[in-house]
Amino acid sequence: MRRYVLLRTLSILPALLGVSVAVFLLVRLIPGTVVDQMVGTEGSYSEESMRALRAFFGLDAPIHVQYARWLGAVLRGDLGTSWRTGLPVVQMIVSRLEVTVELTLVALLVAAAVGVPLGMLSARRENTTLDHVVRLVSLFSLSIPVFWQATMLILAFSLWLQWAPPVDFVSLARDPLRNLAIITLPGVALGTAVAAVFMRMTRSSVLEVMGQDYIRTARAKGLAEQGVLWRHALKNSLIPLITVAGVQMGYLLGGAVITEEVFTLPGVGRLLLWAVFQRDYPLVQGTILFISALFMVSNLVVDLLYAYVDPRIRRG
Amino acid sequence: MAESTLRPALRNALVLFGAGIIVAMVLLAAFASVVAPYDPTEMKVIDALQRPSLAHPFGTDRFGRDVLSRTIHGSRIALGVAISSIGLALVVGTALGLAGGYAGGATDLVIGRAMDVLFSFPTLILAIGIAAMLGPGLDNAALAIAVVYAPLFSRVVRGPVIAERAKEYSVAALGLGAGAFRVVFRHILPNVLAPLIVQASVSLAYAILTEAALSYLGLGTQPPAPSWGTMLNEGRTYLETAPWMSVFPGLAIMLAVLGFNLLGDGLRSVLDPQLRGR
Repeated sequence: MRRYVLLRTLSILPALLGVSVAVFLLVRLIPGTVVDQMVGTEGSYSEESMRALRAFFGLDAPIHVQYARWLGAVLRGDLGTSWRTGLPVVQMIVSRLEVTVELTLVALLVAAAVGVPLGMLSARRENTTLDHVVRLVSLFSLSIPVFWQATMLILAFSLWLQWAPPVDFVSLARDPLRNLAIITLPGVALGTAVAAVFMRMTRSSVLEVMGQDYIRTARAKGLAEQGVLWRHALKNSLIPLITVAGVQMGYLLGGAVITEEVFTLPGVGRLLLWAVFQRDYPLVQGTILFISALFMVSNLVVDLLYAYVDPRIRRG
Repeated sequence: MAESTLRPALRNALVLFGAGIIVAMVLLAAFASVVAPYDPTEMKVIDALQRPSLAHPFGTDRFGRDVLSRTIHGSRIALGVAISSIGLALVVGTALGLAGGYAGGATDLVIGRAMDVLFSFPTLILAIGIAAMLGPGLDNAALAIAVVYAPLFSRVVRGPVIAERAKEYSVAALGLGAGAFRVVFRHILPNVLAPLIVQASVSLAYAILTEAALSYLGLGTQPPAPSWGTMLNEGRTYLETAPWMSVFPGLAIMLAVLGFNLLGDGLRSVLDPQLRGR
């Protein structure tokens, strides 16, 4: 297992390097250079001043030198300085990380709490009306845009219950109840589509496992159907869900941007949008790199977890 | 049995329902100017924020524009962006997948690694990054969506190409003097069409969602063009006083995405031999 952990962990390094190249090149997609963008609307500059500005931002060096310098700084934990606030990008990201991580985890929890039992129920009642209804609901859930669902939730709660989620974010450690009041609705909105994916995966997985020989043996030795399901089928049918959860992390981290925007939550996603509209390129680069690294690390954790629960993976 | 799908009759009804939604959407988009009761961008401030009525079945927005007409015209933008972006992703992704899978070696390695890098980003984050750097707008949003989804097609094609290339008919065609280009396009491509069609249908659903999300965030279609995402964004400020501004464009997105999802599910069960008949 130790060898597998080491090899799998090392395997994300080339991908991380590739992501760093892509993020570095992303800012080069803008028309002109970042200096042109900065000064474009703020008066005219002499060619000499422009040259000095380009030199200041290191844009006069060949592109591979620029990349090497940037990567060197990133490896030292320096993602640059925000052009608008003057604060280190890392500091700005870290101060908002708690919100995004909590939102993503709550959404994952909601998805598991709703999707897994419904998937099991659907599998147990295969081809009944209940099964069809659950599957139809899951298809609808997959088709709802997260920002519209979030908006409709806010509308429903404010119109019918005369209640709106508190605006000022409070951390879980400081005031757990208020924190939950803030984060639950966004978590439900973000987790709905993932719940549908979990439901579909659990259903097909339970159906597959229930058809296997060891389940027939369990039945043959006289075990009640509930016992077969809970003691024998469930554990194995939940294993594929770990992989699905990893894949869904990409959706959750992307969806967090838009959910944070709708519910005005001060997370990393909203920071990215702010940076985009402020044309704060170091901050855009830093947040995209950070979120992608977070996605890759969460996938790594998922893979390791998978290998832990399924020995065939680490021996394969 | 890995996947016991819905009963065939119900499943067919759902596929038909999905296809029906898409046909209706295509017709609405094609004849939007005829079907829509008003000009979607015509402002009539005196009619601002009117609730749904016979004159304006979906109500009006803050500029007095008819929400129904804007929703109908929105289908043009949604379909236009989805088809152009997924079309581009399909062509580029398939070409890369075919090239990598057929050539193997260094070509496959380089293409594969590049696709892996794109897969390492959460989809929406990459789309936001590209759209933001290129600048807000419909074309740039479509380009961003194409870049994000091209790797899906490349991956769908690559595996089957490797398998098909090793089969006797490919080897025989090469032996008979056919060039690599001819073998790939005349012999191998038709054999990987089925998964490509399924992927395209599902990706059209994703593309509609992504365009709406980018427009909602202000990075896609720009006002006054009636994109569903832009309309939802405009409706945010008036959520309590004019909820119809938010309800109907959202319903339109959901129905369109549902249509492509249902069709994708149906096509998969028809075209995938392993699921056929279940």
